[in-house]
Amino acid sequence: MTGNVVVGRPGPRVDAADQVTGRTTFAGDIDRSGMLIGGLLESSQAHARILSVDTSAAEALPGVRAVLTGADLPVPYGILPVSQDEHALAVDKVRYVGEPVAAVAAVDADSVEEALSRIVVEYEPLDAVATIEEALASGTRIHGEGEGDNVHRRAALEFGDVGSGFDAAHLVREDVYFFGGNTHAALEQHAAVASAGLDGRVTLWSSTQVPHYLHRTLEKVLEMPAGRIRVIAAPVGGGFGGKTDPFSHEIVAAKLAMVTGRPVKIVLSRQQVFYAHRGRHPVLMWVKTGFDPEGRITAMHFKSFLDGGAYGSYGAASLLYTGSLQTSTYRIPNYKFEGVRVFTNKPPCGPKRGHGTPQPRFALECQLDEAAADLGLDPVTIRRRNLVEPFSMTVNHLRITSCGIEECLDRAVEASDFSAKHGNLPEGKGIGLAAGAYLSGAGLPIYWNDMPQSEVEIKVDRGGGVTVFSMATDVGQGSTSVLATIVAEVLGLEPSDLAMVTADTDLTPVDLGSYSSRVTFMAGNAAKEAAEGIRDRVIAAVADELGLSADVVVVAGGRVGSANDEDKTLSWADAVRAAIVRGGSLTGSGSYRAPDLAGPYRGSGVGISPAYSYSVAVVEVDCDSETGEVRVAKVWLAHDIGRALNPLLVEGQMEGGVYMGLGEALFEEQAFRHTLHRGPSLLDYKLPTFLEMPPVQSILVETDDPEGPFGAKEVGQGPLLPVIPALANAVHDALGVRVAEVPITPDKVVAAQRDIKRGGDGRFGPRSVPDYDFGRLTRVDPPGEF
Amino acid sequence: MRLPAFGYLEPSTVEDAVELLAINPGAEIIAGGTDLIPNMKRRQISPSTVIALGTIDGMSGIQVDDDGGVTIGALTLLHDLAASSEVPAALASAAAEIGSPQIRNVATVGGNLCLDTRCGFINQTESWRLASGLCLKADGDVCWVAPKGEECVAVSSSDLAPVTVALDAEVGLVGPDGSRTLAASDLYRSDGIDHLGKSADEIVTALTVPPRPRWRTGYRKLRRRGTIDFPILGVAVAVEVADDGRVKDARIVLGAIAPAPMRMRQAEEALVGSRLDAEAIERAAELAAKPVRPYDNVDLGSRYRKWMAPVFITRALQDLR
Repeated sequence: MTGNVVVGRPGPRVDAADQVTGRTTFAGDIDRSGMLIGGLLESSQAHARILSVDTSAAEALPGVRAVLTGADLPVPYGILPVSQDEHALAVDKVRYVGEPVAAVAAVDADSVEEALSRIVVEYEPLDAVATIEEALASGTRIHGEGEGDNVHRRAALEFGDVGSGFDAAHLVREDVYFFGGNTHAALEQHAAVASAGLDGRVTLWSSTQVPHYLHRTLEKVLEMPAGRIRVIAAPVGGGFGGKTDPFSHEIVAAKLAMVTGRPVKIVLSRQQVFYAHRGRHPVLMWVKTGFDPEGRITAMHFKSFLDGGAYGSYGAASLLYTGSLQTSTYRIPNYKFEGVRVFTNKPPCGPKRGHGTPQPRFALECQLDEAAADLGLDPVTIRRRNLVEPFSMTVNHLRITSCGIEECLDRAVEASDFSAKHGNLPEGKGIGLAAGAYLSGAGLPIYWNDMPQSEVEIKVDRGGGVTVFSMATDVGQGSTSVLATIVAEVLGLEPSDLAMVTADTDLTPVDLGSYSSRVTFMAGNAAKEAAEGIRDRVIAAVADELGLSADVVVVAGGRVGSANDEDKTLSWADAVRAAIVRGGSLTGSGSYRAPDLAGPYRGSGVGISPAYSYSVAVVEVDCDSETGEVRVAKVWLAHDIGRALNPLLVEGQMEGGVYMGLGEALFEEQAFRHTLHRGPSLLDYKLPTFLEMPPVQSILVETDDPEGPFGAKEVGQGPLLPVIPALANAVHDALGVRVAEVPITPDKVVAAQRDIKRGGDGRFGPRSVPDYDFGRLTRVDPPGEF
Repeated sequence: MRLPAFGYLEPSTVEDAVELLAINPGAEIIAGGTDLIPNMKRRQISPSTVIALGTIDGMSGIQVDDDGGVTIGALTLLHDLAASSEVPAALASAAAEIGSPQIRNVATVGGNLCLDTRCGFINQTESWRLASGLCLKADGDVCWVAPKGEECVAVSSSDLAPVTVALDAEVGLVGPDGSRTLAASDLYRSDGIDHLGKSADEIVTALTVPPRPRWRTGYRKLRRRGTIDFPILGVAVAVEVADDGRVKDARIVLGAIAPAPMRMRQAEEALVGSRLDAEAIERAAELAAKPVRPYDNVDLGSRYRKWMAPVFITRALQDLR
């Protein structure tokens, strides 16, 4: 796009200097007069009936101001309307070790710790369920939610006719893959501060990605009108989906503030962050895919089994996400998805960067490499022959618009010299490739409504100062800077000229939150519309003032007027005053609601989006063939961003996606000994360090999405997706082993190598899935245009 | 996590420290604190008193002795040991692989030598351990790693420990009855709880490495990441090479497998007389790895660590060629 000044220019975030110099006030940094410290008592039981909770000894401790139990917060809640299965403090039963059972507010942290240790909970232990297989077989029922037994949700959908697709296939592969659970591990632990005034109003500052949904939850659980509750998302030190649910500590802090009349702060311990979790579901997957002799897919049947942990969270959506985006990258003419999410006595799983799609993406991209080998094709060719077309429909009714997957593939392959290296590197070295796609915002809100998904307001003062109001929540991804970039571009200003007021339910109009990679696209469009309204009024006023025709008046470089004649321009501030003189208060608003994209079947709401980003990753590895250790030498990542509003921020997200993807691929695991977390600490949870992070070459592919603001699409989540299977495929190229299970730890690599030495096929991972009835199959005709 | 309340004493001499230790039963010594403080926060131990050594003069530094050996003060920072060219190569390289740069700038040689044994069931918060059930090492009566056993199998996780044994080093101790030296091999006991062979009222003041003119030494460490992590297998090797190029004497000591470093004498003997050729190394590695029976109580499980023992022993010995 020509003529843009701010859009497309690389630059640091508007809040960068404060963040890197320690000036930013995160929720945990908030200190208010008379503030109490709050804490949560963790369940010591994985599954038990609560017989009694004796808080008397805690209440008797000097310094303790309030003690709460489940009886004080009896209203259930949950992020999805269909899963209202959580309580802020356990009622009647506990369902995982670490579940909050009671809470204390006291004058200092030592008193909180002492008081919590004095609370006596009497439990009647129940049999606990730890795995997918146990959940499907066990007679123990974790709770009354879901579809019966320990099944939370099932899905069974068929698009086209997979039977005939397999019949027509030249090659049919059936493979089993397992993706181990992992967690977000944001640098900032969750924290919340609440205060309650004598005016009957409650304010909550929280490190949340979703102030609007938190606001709704507080309205329900505190049984107060929303208008009396103010939620402010403090600057968030990393979220990645881990701060997208309403959490116990947020509700408890608000309640404790109401009970004590004093501000209350709760900061989760790192262990409690691991227990709060909502991270990547462990998913067991069975994939049957048919190919014609040229490698074109004829049909795919995908089964997924999700280990959901103890509560619903986003699980009903997560389940469908494990089946919805397989078709977004490759044309699959006949597709069947069956899935089940089970409850287990472990911390609840939820959305983590890529929400439910990295697991099937891992399976799909590994299997494509395996099928390519069977067919004598290379990994590039088999993918090239199956790519989706821009502006097309998928068999499961996803509307594809701009689509740069082919350019991503070409450029990643070229930059990495993939074709020359694959299969030709010396023993121990290897290179792997994979693709992926992700939503630019979920097509539907979490609760059903016809209102906009994003609203933005702009107010301009008489000095020319522009304030942008948006509930969009900057979780480190730079959304505030993106909105500032868009508004500045429209108004001919600099992003640093703008005052950004964000994520405050009293002050800012609704944005649904920082999840599903929706903010640039949705809030960005709303911001653009709001800014254009302001711009048009200012242009009209200046045209009038200077006797120009409005269509020759431009805003640029802080001046408004003729593009050719400097004398026929006004400063931005004078132009604003001219607009206020003529039209009164200079305010504007914009909103965005995604087009209605849902297909003709139940469950079609998950996977639809106004646009998809595309990514292709190439990973080169250097493996130690004796120890099984995998060192990543380099990653090339091509990403279809639509239009890079700020290339520096785009590259930051891409590099962050590579880091997180490699962590999941090689190191990170939310691992349990039966139901007990193996090590809820940052020593035992193996995040990659600087030493494990390879150089990354980011390749930005621009396709100018017709509906995105200035053509932009998402970059927060998509780039992670192909990294994990590309790494797995690289390990296969290096050593000939197929580790069909994430994370690919050295012990698994060595086990697979030993299997080859014993005459096996060098595959590590589960070989079968449970025989399970997914319920009544919904058959859906492909879309007419398919 | 909060520290428990405790008294804090800062003696200015070793003798004062010993006396304070004697009159404060259950007191703990602190130097860098990188082991003690997390253990206290997790309530693995809750000493009533902590006695700091940091204010005592003359306990840090590396000094070449008259006989060509080296004496390393117990308060010497791991960073300084790692950077030293005076000490045998194995000692410096083991020190360089401990923790992270930040930790090496605080943690001391004495602290690492006395590092508490580690286990996935003990190095956890108090609430985690209450959920798991308390274990032998802290307030419980069962070992969750080896429930049928009656002994704690927490793992010696010091990188320096196997090296000091391989170097025939000695530690200097000061206690109520005066000072003495103790062979490094006697500093460690195969008991995850009572893992130090010194008396509780003695303080480690120095590490002395005897002169080793003809010895080549090395250390190899297995861990998940390139930094921060404790060893899950450590291999310290030392060989004395005669003028004819043949091995005259050898040490192979494994760390992070059992509650104490394990000296593999049979494998050592197999090396003697060889020229450190591939065949001799393979034989020694096989012999040394055979008795390795790690438990599943640290990272990456027991099977993989057993598999890796011959690989790491081989590599450590190859480094000496």
